[in-house]
Amino acid sequence: MSIGHTLLGLLESGPRHGYDLKRAFDEKFGHDRPLHYGQVYSTMSRLLKNGLVEVDGIEAGGGPERKRYAITEAGITDVERWLATPEKPEPYLQSTLYTKVVLALLTHRDAADILDTQRSEHLRSMRILTDRKRKGDLADQLICDHALFHLEADLRWLELTAARLDKLREAVTR
Amino acid sequence: MTIPAGSLLTAQDLRKAYGPTTALDGAEFSIHPGEVVAVMGPSGSGKSTLLHCLAGIVMPDSGSITYNGREVTAMSDAERSALRRSEFGFVFQFGQLVPELTCVENVALPMRLNGSSRKEAERTALAWMERLEVDELRKKRPGEVSGGQGQRVAVARALVTNPRVVFADEPTGALDSFNGERVMELLTDAARSANAAVVLVTHEARVAAYSDREIVVRDGKSRDMERVV
Amino acid sequence: MSAGQWARDLSMGVRFAFAGGREGWIRALLTAVGVGLGVALLLLTTALPNALAERDRREAARSDHTFSQQKIPKADDTLIVLDSDTTFRDRDVRGRMLEAEGPRAPLPPGVARFPAAGEMVVSPALKELLASDDGKLLRERLNYRIAGTIGEQGLVGSQELAYFAGGTGLEKLLDGLASGARIDSFGSDGLASSDPWDPVLLLLVLVVFVVLLMPVAVFIAAAVRFGGERRDRRLAALRLVGSDSRMTRRIAAGEALAGSVLGLVLGAGFFLLGRQLAASFEVFHVSVFPSYLNPSPVLALLVALVVPAAAVVVTILALRGVVIEPLGVVRTAKPARRRLWWRLLLPLGGLALLFPMIGQGDDGGEFNQYLVVGGVMLLLVGVTALLPWVVETVVARLGSGGVAWQLAVRRLQLSSGAAARMVNGIAVAVAGAIALQMLFAGVEGNYTRASQYDVSRAQMQVNVPDGAEPASIAEEFRTTEGVRRVTVLSDGYLGDRRGEGDTYVRFTVADCASLREVATLPSCRDGDVFAVQGAEEDTGTDTMAKPGTTLWADPADTSRPDDRGVSWTVPQDIRQAQAREDPTGYERGGILITPGALPGKLGPLASTQLYLSLDRSVPDAYEYVRNTAVRLDPTAQPMTWNSVESNDRYATIRTGLSVGAACVLALIGASLLVSQLEQLRERRKLLSSLVAFGTRRRTLSLSVLWQTAIPIGLGLLLAATVGMALGAVLLRMTNTSVRVDWPSVLSMTGIGAGVVLVVTLLSLPPLLRMMRPDGLRTE
Repeated sequence: MSIGHTLLGLLESGPRHGYDLKRAFDEKFGHDRPLHYGQVYSTMSRLLKNGLVEVDGIEAGGGPERKRYAITEAGITDVERWLATPEKPEPYLQSTLYTKVVLALLTHRDAADILDTQRSEHLRSMRILTDRKRKGDLADQLICDHALFHLEADLRWLELTAARLDKLREAVTR
Repeated sequence: MTIPAGSLLTAQDLRKAYGPTTALDGAEFSIHPGEVVAVMGPSGSGKSTLLHCLAGIVMPDSGSITYNGREVTAMSDAERSALRRSEFGFVFQFGQLVPELTCVENVALPMRLNGSSRKEAERTALAWMERLEVDELRKKRPGEVSGGQGQRVAVARALVTNPRVVFADEPTGALDSFNGERVMELLTDAARSANAAVVLVTHEARVAAYSDREIVVRDGKSRDMERVV
Repeated sequence: MSAGQWARDLSMGVRFAFAGGREGWIRALLTAVGVGLGVALLLLTTALPNALAERDRREAARSDHTFSQQKIPKADDTLIVLDSDTTFRDRDVRGRMLEAEGPRAPLPPGVARFPAAGEMVVSPALKELLASDDGKLLRERLNYRIAGTIGEQGLVGSQELAYFAGGTGLEKLLDGLASGARIDSFGSDGLASSDPWDPVLLLLVLVVFVVLLMPVAVFIAAAVRFGGERRDRRLAALRLVGSDSRMTRRIAAGEALAGSVLGLVLGAGFFLLGRQLAASFEVFHVSVFPSYLNPSPVLALLVALVVPAAAVVVTILALRGVVIEPLGVVRTAKPARRRLWWRLLLPLGGLALLFPMIGQGDDGGEFNQYLVVGGVMLLLVGVTALLPWVVETVVARLGSGGVAWQLAVRRLQLSSGAAARMVNGIAVAVAGAIALQMLFAGVEGNYTRASQYDVSRAQMQVNVPDGAEPASIAEEFRTTEGVRRVTVLSDGYLGDRRGEGDTYVRFTVADCASLREVATLPSCRDGDVFAVQGAEEDTGTDTMAKPGTTLWADPADTSRPDDRGVSWTVPQDIRQAQAREDPTGYERGGILITPGALPGKLGPLASTQLYLSLDRSVPDAYEYVRNTAVRLDPTAQPMTWNSVESNDRYATIRTGLSVGAACVLALIGASLLVSQLEQLRERRKLLSSLVAFGTRRRTLSLSVLWQTAIPIGLGLLLAATVGMALGAVLLRMTNTSVRVDWPSVLSMTGIGAGVVLVVTLLSLPPLLRMMRPDGLRTE
């Protein structure tokens, strides 16, 4: 999961302090694993270095946590590209996908598009596996089937999420 | 959308409503000879309606469907029936085999509808049944065979007239995954070797994985994933 | 098993019978109408004996003939009654002339006071007829003032035409040709009890009832099975939620019960309606009053119990081969191939019951009613037993054909029983109707052929009253409208000696033209005398018709003592003549005398008949003749030799029968339609997918047509065969020559085929609707 893209995405709705960013991240995506402040700090410096964010202002009496960041044009393009690029179909990628969907909803992008693109990517993998299975021996078939079932599980999750997008939008933008 | 060159069957801006329910809202489609295209989407999204329109079973309220250079929406009911008899093949989820006819008679039915003699039709039918590994069922009636066998008989029937396009609407919907995949394997193999296009409506990814590409229908709008990515 | 459980299950079934939307109602209603018609017919059957007994009782109560030879003297309690029956067109009118001879003279039943001379009291039906335009000629004949109506007590039927006319001086008519008597009371105890039923008539009535009841019974059996498949699914659902298989059976029985109980109510209604209608009907010139038609309570109760019970039994029997499991209905394996032998036993048994009675109907032999009913029923039930076998056997052998044909044949092969069941009712109705029509046609033909009269020469005969002058009477008829020619023949007998003779010879007096109607004469002038030898039943001519022989008047011909000495001598110039059939169909022998050769005193000894040849282009010629006859003699009853009227009568009955059969068939057709639609609906998805892959609608419609037409065709073929066989046996029983009445066979099978066509046509619109691709959409 790309914390950098996630934080960038969160900045799209407006400039924030580093501390706000951590709170927002934890609230939307952190769940059982809250972000360390140090992680935010190092990520933001990398983004700053790459010109994807800029410092919008520093509050008085401030330490590093008092810096306010804003996203740059290059940063927006970067988020855009990231969201549009389907994830490589691998097991257990739902947290990344979830993040993408939520970010898309938060930034008023088309979340269904993300899901469709991802499904297409998954299907591409499944076609390759299916093809291998058809041509291969029993061992190939069993190996491919294993992978296929995992991909299918992801796809089912995609379908389910697609069906619940409206509800999700309500929940995250509340 | 521009019509991709070499398309066998294309549809543009299809709209269809059943009473207050909008089934299709500007859907597009195209398929090349020998291509297997999966039509995916949640239930109620209009997949089946799209298939019915493409096959000339249902007339869209507006939009155009072109098959092999002919405008399907301009054809009469009889012409469309003739088109379906001679150029198209169909596999449905269930309830499609005539329960009174034996399996071989069921497979031979489309040929007989096209005017072939009973003998010739049943000989061809038997060849297709062999290919789909169900030739030992020829004397059985649909009620006496398993679901997977029945679907293979249905696939044989869809292919018996050497159609240019096979329309399959959830062909594995009533089957377990093993039988479902076997049916898909046989269907796509047979279709590819006959250079027949397959329009495959399914909501199952593992079935859709037998296609060359997929389009997604959502809220009556279609999305061709190949052209997006 | 507690009674409460039973009641609960049955009542649940009753609820199911009417729940199920419009279709459920239609099905329940059809069942009820079928059951109701059956019940009404059954009630009518049970009421019929009562009605006939009531008629007999009333007939006896108004009987006015004393059959005892003992004549009673005139007193203050006596009444002169003379028959003055007449016929108007095809209807008989019971007529009586009354003259009370004292204040205590008995009043006939239903008459409040004696009509004065020139007055009459009439039955309501006659009153109506006289008032109508149709009755104009009868009004001229019954030229009396209507003084009142005859009450129900004096009539045997609502449509009976009857009158009592008052007269004076009737006593002297008692000695003439008129039949009548002096009586001191009406009614007879047993002496004048009505004739036993004509066995042929009884046979007809029995067969009519069996033939009408059987298809209704078959229909009831089919009706309680309406919606069977849907019901099975419902029962399966009940099994799923925990009812056991006995419970489901009871629920099914409850459904059938509901339809049949509603049917009982409808049936009672139909019966009451029919009872009122019955008053305006006349069958075989028999009409009844509604009050006659009271079913005996025991029989009515029996009907009320048996019909619902039968419905329940049929349902449970039908469910016997079906195992209703929670997840669906399983029919026990493949049904065994149908066997022929026991199916053949039924019709053969029926024939065996009827066979011994062949030829009995002619000479008053009576048919055993139980054998008749049993035989006819077995034969007709045989149709329903044979038909499934025939359909199965034939359909199994049907070969290839077009796609429509193949679809239909294969479907029939898989479920020939259901197909046969659908057409059973039609087959039985048609078979019965064909047999009946044949019987009617045969009996009717018999009637026409039985007439020995040569109706081409004369169509009516009028007896000239004693003492009247034949020539003037003949003149009256000659000038009557519609009469073309009058042949006047007077005849009597002459004995070989004075007083009681040993042998007699017939003599006929007529002019030359009339004589030529009875013999071929070489030449004829007034004054000629001829002898005709060698005719039927002639013994005396060859010995007695010799010139110079003296012959004496037959004393039996006259009551006047001075006529006994009348004699006649055979003249020298008597010539031989050749007999020919006279208008009555007889070859008469004896002596033919022209009026010029007849001594005046011999004249009154001969009785005179007029043979009238009518102008057929005058429609009411008969009525004009009767009017003339009655004008000359109020008790005159001219005889009619024509059989036209009987044809009319049978035609009415046959039309009625056809209408009845058509109604039964229409009812069965309606049920056919319902089950047809039900089947189609179950195949909706299949039909849609067939259309999807390009099946022409025509092909599917044709296959539906074949699917009905094949079993119906077989059913009608079987029905025609059995019907004609039954008709032939019945005709043999009445000793009538067997003649197949093709028009009726064709018309009945035509009606049956028409029903199929209509059913198919009516099921086409829903079929086309079901073939729309909506059926493909998954729920």
